[in-house]
Amino acid sequence: MTATDERTDGPAIGRPMRRKEDARLLTGRTNWTDNIQLPGTLWMATVRSPVAHARITAIDTSAALAAEGVVHVYTGADFPDLAGSTCVWPVTDDIQTAVMPAICKDVVKFAGDVVAIVLATEKYLAADAASMVDVDYDPLPAVVDMELALAEGSTIVHPEFGTNRTYTAKMPCGDYEAVRAKADRVVKRRFINQRLIPNTMEPRAVVAAPAVGMSDEITIWTSSQIPHVLRVLLALVTGIPENNLRVVAPDVGGGFGAKLQINREEVLAVVLAQKTGRPIKWVEARSEHFVSTHHGRDQIQDIELAVTNDGTILGMKVELLADMGAYLQIITPGTPLLGMFMYSGIYKMEALDFTCTGVYTNKTPTDAYRGAGRPEATYAIERIVDEAAAELGIEPLELRKKNWIKHEEFPYTQIAGLTYDTGNYEAATARALELFGYDELRAEQKARRDAGDTVQLGIGISTFTEMCGLAPSRTLGALNYVAGGWEHCTIRALPTGKIELITGTSPHGQGHETAWSQIASDIIGVPVEDIEVVHSDTGRAPYGMDTYGSRSLAVGGQAIKVAGERLVEKARLIAAHQLEVSPDDIEFSQGTFAVKGDAEKSLTLQALAFEAFRAHNLPDGLEPTLAGESTVDPIDFSYPHGTHLAAMEVDTETGQVTLRKYVAVDDCGVQINPMIVDGQVHGGLAQGIAQALYEGALYDSEGQLLTGSMGDYLLPSAADLPSFITDQTVTPSTTHPLGTKGIGEAGAIASTPAIINGVVDAIRHLGVNDVFMPASPQNVWRAIQNAKGGQA
Amino acid sequence: MIPVAFDYVKAGSVDEAVAALAAGGEDAKVLGGGQSLMPVLRLRMNAPSVLVDVSRIDELRAVTDEGGSILIGAGVTTYEVMHHEAIKAGAPLLSRAAGEVADPAIRHRGTFGGSCTHADPAGDLPTVARCLDAEFVIAGPGGRRTVGAADFFVDYFTTAVGVDEVLVAVRVPKLGDGWGFDYQKFHRTAQSWAIVGAAAAVKVEGGTIAEARVALTNVASSPHRATATETALTGGPATADAIAAAAESAADGTNPTSDTHADAEFRQHLARVLTKRAVSNAAGL
Repeated sequence: MTATDERTDGPAIGRPMRRKEDARLLTGRTNWTDNIQLPGTLWMATVRSPVAHARITAIDTSAALAAEGVVHVYTGADFPDLAGSTCVWPVTDDIQTAVMPAICKDVVKFAGDVVAIVLATEKYLAADAASMVDVDYDPLPAVVDMELALAEGSTIVHPEFGTNRTYTAKMPCGDYEAVRAKADRVVKRRFINQRLIPNTMEPRAVVAAPAVGMSDEITIWTSSQIPHVLRVLLALVTGIPENNLRVVAPDVGGGFGAKLQINREEVLAVVLAQKTGRPIKWVEARSEHFVSTHHGRDQIQDIELAVTNDGTILGMKVELLADMGAYLQIITPGTPLLGMFMYSGIYKMEALDFTCTGVYTNKTPTDAYRGAGRPEATYAIERIVDEAAAELGIEPLELRKKNWIKHEEFPYTQIAGLTYDTGNYEAATARALELFGYDELRAEQKARRDAGDTVQLGIGISTFTEMCGLAPSRTLGALNYVAGGWEHCTIRALPTGKIELITGTSPHGQGHETAWSQIASDIIGVPVEDIEVVHSDTGRAPYGMDTYGSRSLAVGGQAIKVAGERLVEKARLIAAHQLEVSPDDIEFSQGTFAVKGDAEKSLTLQALAFEAFRAHNLPDGLEPTLAGESTVDPIDFSYPHGTHLAAMEVDTETGQVTLRKYVAVDDCGVQINPMIVDGQVHGGLAQGIAQALYEGALYDSEGQLLTGSMGDYLLPSAADLPSFITDQTVTPSTTHPLGTKGIGEAGAIASTPAIINGVVDAIRHLGVNDVFMPASPQNVWRAIQNAKGGQA
Repeated sequence: MIPVAFDYVKAGSVDEAVAALAAGGEDAKVLGGGQSLMPVLRLRMNAPSVLVDVSRIDELRAVTDEGGSILIGAGVTTYEVMHHEAIKAGAPLLSRAAGEVADPAIRHRGTFGGSCTHADPAGDLPTVARCLDAEFVIAGPGGRRTVGAADFFVDYFTTAVGVDEVLVAVRVPKLGDGWGFDYQKFHRTAQSWAIVGAAAAVKVEGGTIAEARVALTNVASSPHRATATETALTGGPATADAIAAAAESAADGTNPTSDTHADAEFRQHLARVLTKRAVSNAAGL
C-alpha cells in the first residue's frame, strides 16, 4: 500500500494525499438518497413479475388500494406509452430495438419486470400493499439460453422482430482467412464469460420532488453515475422540458456501471411527482436489486488464434454471442462492442476478424459493468495466448514477449486501428517478475508436480492493455453512439479568494474532490484545502458527461488543466494592469503574480479575485469576475497497461482454489494521487478475481434467477483475498496534457484471466485446458474428472 | 429491511417466554440473536404474529461445568462458545467449530441455541452437537424435558422443539482423556455456509482407534452420523490407509441436496474427502 504524504509544500500532483472525502464518509456524515426526507413524501413500491415470460391476464388492485396508507396503485394501463429506459447506442442500422416499458401492460419479459406500482404514505405500508396486488399470469416458454434462442423454432422474446437476434456487428481487420491459411496451427477455444450481477454497497434509490412556487423545476435526487446524461434522457423519455428538470446525484455508494443507466423507477418517480404533486421516494431492497438492476458480461466467445510453430501470432478470429437480456437499456448493445478493438490486446498481428451477435433472452437486461466489453476481450486474448503457448510448448511469457509491441515501436497503430500512444510492456513485466519471484515459483511448481502433491501450484499471467477515457466525440459518432465524449470544468475564484472547481464528472467513490483539487492547486497556485469541488448537480454544475469508462481524469482532467490556465491568464491581465507593466512582464508562480525582476511588486491570486469582483480598476474592456472554463474533447482514448501475476494453489482432491500471491504492476502514466491509484487497483482486483472465482448469475430453464441473494451469489470479503502486491511503472501519455491514463477499470480487466490462467496452469498436466468461471470447487473438480475420463 | 408488522414481547424468564408463546399462538416465534430469523423476516418469508425475545433471560446465558458435561445456555453466543474457558476445556471441538461460523459480527450476535433450533442442515454447530451426543433441555407448558441429539434434529429446519416450547440449554458430554478431534468446513468464501462439513472425534490407544465418531454437515436433512465409517474405524489401526479406506463409506446413507454451489454427487465426494482429513487430524496423523 502507498503511504500517505500530508506535506503542504511542493507540487500537489503526485502526492499520496489522504482523501478529503474520507472523514465525512467514514463518520457517517453522508447524504445518501435514502437520507433525503421531504414532507409529504409518497413511498413507491414495485410489484414485480415472479415469472420470466408470461401474458398478464388480469390485475386486481382493489385490496392494495383499500390498504392502510395507500394513495395510488398504477398498472401498465395507466401509462401505456411511457418508456422505462432508452437505448442511446443503436450499434447497427438494422438493430432490433426493444424498449423497456415503464410498467408492463400485456406481457412480462423477465422475472423482475414491473407490473404495478404502489404509492403509500409509509415505506412499510407501501411494501404491504404491493404484496396485495393480485396478478394472473398465463405462462409463456422462457428463452434462457442464447444458442437455443437463435435456433429454429425458439420462442421469440419480442414477436414483432420475428427473431431473437438483436444485431450482428462485424469488424474485419486484415485478411484473416489468408493468415489462417498460412498458419502452422489454429488454436481454438470456447470461453464463457459468465453473467455477473453488479453489487454496489448502496443500492439504487431515487427521490423526485415536484415543482414548487415560482419554479417549474422538478428535482430528482438519484444514486446515479450520470446526473447530466440522465437529465437529457429523462426529458426525452417523459416529455418534461429539460430546463424543468434538475438532477442531483448526492453521495453515491458505488456504481461500477450499474448506475450508468436510466431506470424505469427514475422515470416513474419523475412522472408521478408531477402527476401527484408530492415527493416520490423509492429505495431498492437488495433482493430487488439482484433481479432488476442491470447485469454485466454474459458472452459466449468462440476464439481462434492463428500461429506459427515458432510462436508468431498471425491473426485472431472472434465470434461472440452477447446476451442482451429482455430489453435494450442505455448502452446494452454497445457494451460488448466496447471490447471490439481490444481483442488483439498488446500483440501485433496481421488480421483480426470480429463478429458479435446480440441475443434477446427472458432475463434481466445487461449493460455496462466495470470494464464493459474490455474485460471480456482481455479475458479472451490472455486466455488464448496461454492456450497457444501450451499447444506450441513455448513458455507463456516468452510467447507474449515475442509478439507484444516493443516499447520503441510506440506510437503503434494496432490491427483494429487504434493508435497506442505510449507503453512499456517490458518494464512493467520485468518489475512484476521481480516482485513475484517467478523463477522460484516455477521451481516449486515443478517440485509439486514431480511429487504428485494433492495441492498443485499454477502461475497465471496477464499482460494487458485497455482503451478507456471515453471518448473522442467523432469516434463515438462513427460508432453510432448518439452523444459525445467531451468533459467540462469551470474554475471560479470567489471574492474571498476561495476556489470553486465545477466539474462535469460525477464521483461515486473515486476521490475526485481530492484529486481534482490537487490538479487545480498546482495550476492556479491555491492550497488544496481552499478548493471546493462542485459536482453531480445539474443546477450547480450544468455541463458534464459524467463518470464511467475510466474517463474522469483521462478526459475531465484535461478540462481542469485548461480551465485553470485560462483563469490564470485572466488574472495575469488584471495583475499587469494594476502593477502597471505589460502582461508579458508578469511571472506567475505558486499563486503569486510578480513583475519580472522586481518580486516586491506582486499580487496574489486571492487579491486579484477580489479586484475582479469589485471591478474598480480593471483593464479597459476586461469583464469583471475571475473564472476560467473549458470543455475538452479528447483527441484519443487512453491506453493504460500492466502485468499481473497470480500464484494459484489448487487442491486436486476437492477442487478448492486458493489465491496465494498476486502481483499487479500497472502503468497509468503520471499519477495525480498514488494512494487513490492504489485504491482503484485494489478494488478492481477484488472484482476481477471475484468473476474468476466466486461470482456468477445462474438461471434455471424457466428463467428463474437461482442466485438472487448474497447466500447464493458469492462476493469475496477481505478474508478471502491476500494482501495484493501493487507497484507502478510510469510511461506518460502523449495525448493527455498531464500525461495521465485511466486507472478505474484496469484491475478488474487484468485480473480475471490472470486467475484462470493460474488455475489452468496448476492442473494442465492432468489434462485440463479450461475451467468454467467462476472456478468454484465443483467446476474445478469436474474439469479434473472430465480430463481423467478423456472428455476435456 | 421491510418485514410485515409484528408484536414484540421481551421475556424476563423461561416461564415468561413459554407463557408469551402460548398467548401468541402458532405464529409466535422465539427471537434470540436474530441471525437466522431476521433475514427470513426481511425477505417476508415468514410473518410471525409476535416475537418473543429471549435474549435477556439470565438462565439462557449461563455456562455450567457439571463435571461430566458442560451445560451451555441456549442464548450463549457463538463468540462465547469459541472463547469460554469451560467450553474450551470441556468441549474443545465445539469451540473449534464455533470459530468457523460465519463472521465475527454474526458470531457476536448469533447463539448456540439459535443455531440448533434453526436446524439448517448447513449449520456447523448442530453437526458438532450430533457428533458429541449432546442433550437438549426444552421447556414448555408441561414443564421441562430432555431430548438427545439423534432425536432433536428431525428434518430440514425442524427440531423436536414444539411451537409452544423454548430451548433452554444444551448439555455437551465431555470426551475425556485420549481423544483427538477436528472439524473440516468446506466453503467458498470465509463468510459462507458449509457446502459440506465433517466433525470427527477419535480415541487412539496404542496405535489403534478405540472409539470414533463422525458427523457430517449438509449431506442430509439434518446432521448425519457416518456410522459405517465409525464402524470401519473402530478397532482398526490409526494409519492413513486405514482411515482413507474407512472414509470411503462416509457418504453411505446420505441424501444431499443440489444447489448453486454443489450438486449431490460432489457433496458426497466431499463428504469422503473431508471425513478422511478430519479423522486423520483427529488421530494426530
